[in-house]
This record gives sequence, C-alpha cells and structure tokens, in this order.
Amino acid sequence: MPETAPKKIDLHRREMPKQESEVRGQNFSEVALGYTPELAMEEARRCLQCKKPFCVSNCPVQVNIPEFIQAIAMGDFSAGARLLKSQNSLPSVCGRVCPQEEQCEKNCALTKRGGQIAIGRLERFLGDWEAAQSQIHLPQLPTPTGKQVAIVGGGPAGLTAAADLVKSGHKVVIFEALHKMGGVLSYGIPEFRLPKKIVDGEIDYLRRLGVVMKVDFVVGKTRTIDSLLEEFDAIFVGTGAGLPWFMDMPGNNLNGVYSANEYLTRINLMKGYLYPNSSTPLKAHQKVAVLGGGNVAMDCARTALRLGAQATIIYRRSRAELPARLEEVENAEEEGVHFQFLTLPIRAISDEQHRVQGLECIRMELGVPDSSGRRSPEPVPNSEHMLPFDCVIHAIGNSPNPLIPATTAGLLIGKNGNIVTDIETGRTSKDRVWAGGDIATGAATVIMAMGAGRKAASSIHQYLTTLSPISMD
Amino acid sequence: MFTILENKMIVPNLHLVTILAPEIAGSVKTGQFVILRIEEDGERIPLTVSDWDIQKGTLSLVYLNIGKTTQKLAALHPGDPLLTVVGPLGNPLNLDSAGHVLCIGGCYGIASIFPIAKALKEKGNRVTVLIEARSSYLLYWKEKLKSVADQVIVITRDGSQGYRGHIGLLGKIIAGLPMPVDRIVINGCNYLMMRGSQESQPLNIKTTVSLNTLMMDGTGMCGLCRLTVNSSTKFACVDGPHFDGHEVNWDELAQRRKAYLSEEVQSFRSSKPQ
Repeated sequence: MPETAPKKIDLHRREMPKQESEVRGQNFSEVALGYTPELAMEEARRCLQCKKPFCVSNCPVQVNIPEFIQAIAMGDFSAGARLLKSQNSLPSVCGRVCPQEEQCEKNCALTKRGGQIAIGRLERFLGDWEAAQSQIHLPQLPTPTGKQVAIVGGGPAGLTAAADLVKSGHKVVIFEALHKMGGVLSYGIPEFRLPKKIVDGEIDYLRRLGVVMKVDFVVGKTRTIDSLLEEFDAIFVGTGAGLPWFMDMPGNNLNGVYSANEYLTRINLMKGYLYPNSSTPLKAHQKVAVLGGGNVAMDCARTALRLGAQATIIYRRSRAELPARLEEVENAEEEGVHFQFLTLPIRAISDEQHRVQGLECIRMELGVPDSSGRRSPEPVPNSEHMLPFDCVIHAIGNSPNPLIPATTAGLLIGKNGNIVTDIETGRTSKDRVWAGGDIATGAATVIMAMGAGRKAASSIHQYLTTLSPISMD
Repeated sequence: MFTILENKMIVPNLHLVTILAPEIAGSVKTGQFVILRIEEDGERIPLTVSDWDIQKGTLSLVYLNIGKTTQKLAALHPGDPLLTVVGPLGNPLNLDSAGHVLCIGGCYGIASIFPIAKALKEKGNRVTVLIEARSSYLLYWKEKLKSVADQVIVITRDGSQGYRGHIGLLGKIIAGLPMPVDRIVINGCNYLMMRGSQESQPLNIKTTVSLNTLMMDGTGMCGLCRLTVNSSTKFACVDGPHFDGHEVNWDELAQRRKAYLSEEVQSFRSSKPQ
C-alpha cells in the first residue's frame, strides 16, 4: 500500500470515470470505464465495516459485502475476488446491471456522509480485475455426488443455480434455446452497458468449473421436461420472461414496429449493428420512438441513438415515475435521448407501403395515486396529435415464456402464465422440478433471478443429499 | 454442431439438404420446422422439415436458393458442419380423420406437403395431391408423393405436364375429382397459399396453410413473425405455423414478408461469390 502523508480523507463517494457523452453516443463501447485500483481503494476505505450491515441483508444473494470491501481497502484484490466469487459467480455482471441503489446501497450508513459506499462499482472492479489476470482462481470442488441436474435456460437464474450446484459436487448440464449462452445478458442488455466479453468471461468460468452447456436445445420441443427427468435427478427451469407485450393499439404489425426483444436481439445477439458485414439486416431508421420508461426502454433508445437515429422515449407519466434506474435515465439524457412525457400513443400510422410513418398520441395528466402508489395518468380531452416516426419500439415488458408451461404436465401455472413456485425454495408442483427467475415472477431484474437461482440450488442440493421426496404443498 | 450428410440441387434453384440431428429427428412431428445458422454472425433461417428418419437420426429440408444465407448453404458439402440446427419448432399439424383431403404443394412446398400427405394417408384419409410449378422441369418428388396419395395431379404454367395454368384452376379441378373434398392443406409460397385459399373460400372447404414468415429466435421471444389472423395478432412460430387460410390477412403478410427486401438484396450482392 502506498505510504501517504497524514491528510484529511475525502469522505465523498468516488465517481466512476465514464466516456464523454458526445463521444459515447457515437460508439458501442462501454459507457462506464470502471474504477482504477487507486479509486477502488479510496472508495473501499470509506466503508465503516458495520457490525450489522444492511448491505448484506438487502442483497438478493446475500453477498458478504464488507468482507470483500475490506480486502480491496487493504489492496488484496486477489483475496477480495476469491471471497466475492465464492458467493456470487457473476460479479462483473452484477456490478454493472444490479439496481444497487434499491438494494445493497439503499440503507448504507454513509448515505448522509458523502454518499453510499459504491458497492456495485467495487464489485465490478474486483470481477474485472480477476478476469484480467492470467490465472483465474478455481475453487476446490468436492467429491462428485453422482447426481445430475438439468438447468433449462442459460440466463442469470440458470447460471447462478448451475454455479452453486457444480460447486456442491453435482453434475450440471444447462440447456439453452438460443445459439449463445447468457439469456438476457447476451441478447438483451447492450454492449455499451454490459460488454459481451464480460458475459463470455463469466460463462467461461462456469465451463471451467465443469458445467456442461448445450446451446440450440429447446426444452419442451427438442426434449420435454418429462423426458429429461428420466435422465436427471432434478431440473431447474429458468426460462425467463420471453413473450413480448405490445401496447394495445392499431398499427402494431406495420413494418418498422418492433418489440424491444426483437430490436435488441437483432442488434446484440445477431450483431445487426455490423450489418452489412453481419447477415441479419438492420434498417437505417431516422426517427425512433420507444414506448415505455424502464431500463429496457433506455437500452433501446440509447442503441437507436448510437445507430445514428433521433431517439424519443414516449412515456405516459412524468420523469419522476420512470421505472428505469436514475443512472440509466441520466445517461440517456446526457447522450441526447429525447423524452416525451405525459404522452400516450393510441395508433401507429401507415404509409402507402405498410411502413410506420408516425404515432397518433394523446396528452395525459397525472391524477390520484393508483395501487402502485404512482399517480395514475388520465387522458386530456381533445389532445390528439401526430408525431412523425419511421420506427416504433414497444418496451413495455414481457410475459413468462409459455414453452415449458405448455409442454409439461403436472406443472401448476399461475394466472399470468408463470410457473407457481414456493418462494423460499423454488419448488414447483411437479416432483423433482424447481423454477425461478422471470418464469416464476414475471419480468424482474437480473439479480432477482440470480437470487431465485441460488435459493433453488440450495433446495435442490438439500434434496439430492437427503433424497427426501419433496414437492410443493 | 451438426453435420451435413447430403446437399444437392434437385431441380433448378431448389436444394435438398440432409442433416445428422438425432435428437430433433427423434422428436419432430408433421408440419414442424427447424432454424439453421451456418456461420458466425450469420442469420437464423426457418426451414420446414420435409422428411426425417428416426433410425438414422436425419432430417431432410428442401430450400430455395434465394439469398445470402441459402446461397452459402447451397455451397456446403457432405461432412461440413452447421453451427445451429434447432427445433423442432412450431406446432405439429393436427391431422384428424377428415375424409378426403386435398394436399397442395408448390416450390419448396412440394417437399413439405409430403409428410402431411403421408400422415393423412396413414390415418385412413383419402389423399389427393396437387402440385404446381412453372414447368415440368421444376417438378420433383412425384413418385414419392404417389406412394402416399390416392391420386397426384399436376399443374404447370406452360402446360408441359398436367393441366396448363395455375392455382386459379383449383375450383375446376375440385369439381372434376371423383369425390368431394373435405379439407385442403396448402404448402408453398405466400402467393400459392393466398390464391388457393381465395379459390377454396366460396367452396366452403376448410383450408389450412403453413406459413413461412420472417423469424429470428422461433420460440416466441421476438415477435418478428407476427401476423393478423381473424383480426387478432398471432406469432407464426408459437401459435402456428398452420393457420386457417380464410382467416389470414394476406396483404399484411406479404408486406411484412418483404420488409427487408432491399437489405436482403444488398446482403446478397455484397456476399462473396462461392
């Protein structure tokens, strides 16, 4: 550790360097550049090492946060990375995409003393630091138990369950429907927010732990859950929320109208941004409307901007009600995304070639709070107006993927199409089948899915080591 | 990774590829499709499974060499790998005992109508197959179709074989059949399926079409394949690909199908010659 002359410690939360907004709006490279070792150590030294840390209890996967922060403060990044990775297999991902402000950082004792400790940035720092080392530390695996677990879906829930189960000595096979592992981390979240080499690195770590990964395999189609149960001792279903919603209005099937899933998958997974050097074509849209106000809407708008379009987010409430993370909203604003608040599209207008040429919208005003506590928007009479767009992206959410529910007998399905699970264990109504993540809860966050994967893995491990027959009561 | 066992042109511009994919061959049902990807950064293309062999673990697909990806596919040889073969996707075609079924195929649909005719015959239906092409040299699988059909009828545009004309003759052909038709299934290009459905509507014969929309994931995730059926939006990949031809909004389907035409032409022109 460098020797420093005694001087007053700067108590303020350290900012993370970012690409300048004028520059980053033109490229797909990551916006946030990460802490340097010096910044990380300075930030880590601010931590008070609370006796009863709220950060741990507020973390969906209960990472022992003060422990790894302590290691960073001491400059022992290798120990920090080992501690962190023993509890979270995807630190570089979580450090980037978790809503820390609502979780670990929420009740930090430093909130009013220079700002919450930047847990996400420190987590990301350690994950990236280790990935950059020539030798990645692999934990000692226990004696194989001889049990086999199938994981359906290679997204955050499945990857977390796989990591925990393989570390418990079970053989784990992940079945992924797309040609690339990672689920939403690969097809959904854009490169500039989560570089694909980071995702690939974390997935490669699991592969080195012995997790077998079968891509291009659609469970429910290529083989059913029941067929897999003949071969595997237990199954975890983490197939996510993969059925896109469209706003209920005429004109949704015009050319130039996309689901956020299609738009982002076309660009991220299929590398449409490299077209025509890649094969999946991408239209050069000029004026893009994104409907919705969540993180996915921000991702779409910021992507459109980088492809040279003017991007407008259309949201029926006001800025204060945007469900996206504030950080993402600010990034979008800085980059030049336009926001059209208190506006509701009611119809997409066609040109003579079945292409969208605009949206008819009405203005809204905020009334009394609804069940979610947000003031509910009411239409302003006679406020219909036209806004010209040659591309409209619906980013208003997804339903649970129906493939497994539709092809598996004996699985209790909720009214939203979700698989019903025991919230503590992830057990389903079907013997030897667990589920978690968006398929059980409807669309939520990466870390919530990871938390569900962890709980299910623990319950599966308990079942496999005691072999008491269990199903949900 | 999947291996190509056979890849050959069967008539001008139409190719047959046979792929070793035992797990899919073991689970595929009549009327389902697979999605292929042939190179890194390549696009995903849906193709109907036209034949399969559970014992050998093989799938046979017939495709039109029409764009960048199918051109590259056509240039592959036995032993070459395919990066992605995923499926079977879509719903199987539910084949009840319908009585007398007229199975119509054109272009790649001459191949994909084969497993449908075969399954219908096995269920005890009377099966009449009608195949359509511009000229006799574009017809294929006729003997194969004869082996599963009570009768095979041919239409060619130039009259070089069978009736001279196109699917617009459907009403006349049906009138000339020895037994009334209870159900029609059409596989082929959108035009064939649309015109066939238009011809069968006044005859009140239930007509099923197997659509081939643009697709990406094929599992309901992206919605690229959406279409309007009986005034409501459906996804061809998870709700179809088989729909009632009298309920499909054909104009919209045709417009959506050619949404990327100019990009496809650009891709094709800029891709390296084989």
